[in-house]
Amino acid sequence: MASLRDIKHRIDSTQNTKQITNAMEMVSASKMTRAEQNTKAFLPYSEKMQEVVASIAQNNTDVSHPMLEKRPVKKTGYVVITAESGLAGAYNSSVLRGLTQTIEKNHQSKDEYTVIALGRMGYEFCKKQDIPVIKDVIGLPDQPLFSDIKDLTSETVQLYIEEEIDELIIFYNHYVSAISQEVTKTTLLPITQFDEQEESASEYEYEPSQGQILEVLLPQYAESLIYGALLDAKASEHAARMTAMRSATDNADDLIDDLTLSYNRARQAAITQEITEIIGGVAALE
Amino acid sequence: MKTLTVSVVTPDGPVLEDTFEMVSCKSENGELGILPGHIPLVAPLQISAVRLKSGETEQKIAVSGGFLEVRPDKITVLAQTAEKPEDIDKARAEEALARAEERLKQKGQDEIDFARAELSLKRAMNRITVSR
Repeated sequence: MASLRDIKHRIDSTQNTKQITNAMEMVSASKMTRAEQNTKAFLPYSEKMQEVVASIAQNNTDVSHPMLEKRPVKKTGYVVITAESGLAGAYNSSVLRGLTQTIEKNHQSKDEYTVIALGRMGYEFCKKQDIPVIKDVIGLPDQPLFSDIKDLTSETVQLYIEEEIDELIIFYNHYVSAISQEVTKTTLLPITQFDEQEESASEYEYEPSQGQILEVLLPQYAESLIYGALLDAKASEHAARMTAMRSATDNADDLIDDLTLSYNRARQAAITQEITEIIGGVAALE
Repeated sequence: MKTLTVSVVTPDGPVLEDTFEMVSCKSENGELGILPGHIPLVAPLQISAVRLKSGETEQKIAVSGGFLEVRPDKITVLAQTAEKPEDIDKARAEEALARAEERLKQKGQDEIDFARAELSLKRAMNRITVSR
């Protein structure tokens, strides 16, 4: 049995850990609220963008643009959004597992795919697993602004336009609620499906022409989709971290309870032993 | 006087929503002035100032990478960045201007870098003009 001092020491250190995880939980909770607000602020932009792009693409079957057309896939680009650090439960590992499974299933050689990594965990994972990474952004802030990833998104879309990659798939954790996030895999490019618009009735005049507008609009649309996914993923990240930290705090509580129990037992045993010794000593004197 | 509802939205959130009497801006094809009752229109915008007029007052907004959607009673400006004059960080814009000029002077660089420097020069100049 561990000595009294050892048990006391363990209780203290567990207590310290608990304080930290508790604080981290609260920090993540407030970051999550901020991230939710950011996602909400982004909604009007993305909805409007989608509405305009969809109305152009739907009303005009004669309009063609490379970003709207499927072409034979020689190389696939995967955008992988992960966190900057661990301690977020299964957040990073589930995204990365999804990625490796897809790669194993669909590709034979390394020339057939490449990764665009957002977030340190994903970047380091790919380096370790020897997965080719063409672009990366590490050190993203908790509340990313569009300007933080503007360069990456436009370069990524450029890769597709230059036919460096023939399809672009994004992996990230979709924020369902504070306690539930699910790994989502979406094909960003070519742009294939639009959400059905109820009132796509408004016929627009186009200045200068539809083709030229698509030329400008589609890259921006694709960029906004990547940013939207990033905001969504950040909200999930904070939610996942909050949940992970809460269960860590709960576990620390359980552990402290158990340890306190054995501490008290050990203390009582020590007292009993001492009494027995004294009584034994007295008996020996008589 | 008839008015138009104008909203300016960016990926980082709405910048402005208000009613004005006239909107004038620079589209890829040239200057556009829009009054209430305009037919529905979509036009990409240059890196420029969007001017919102209401009576005697005029408000400017610096936009880059955006387009304009017009409906009879509502105008939406969608832009990657949009700033009111008071929100512009002038010192930063001037730094960016100097940096871009420097980069444009260098020779023997590839086209993409050149085009990028030119764009950032335009953005910086636009911000500086609007903030004045």
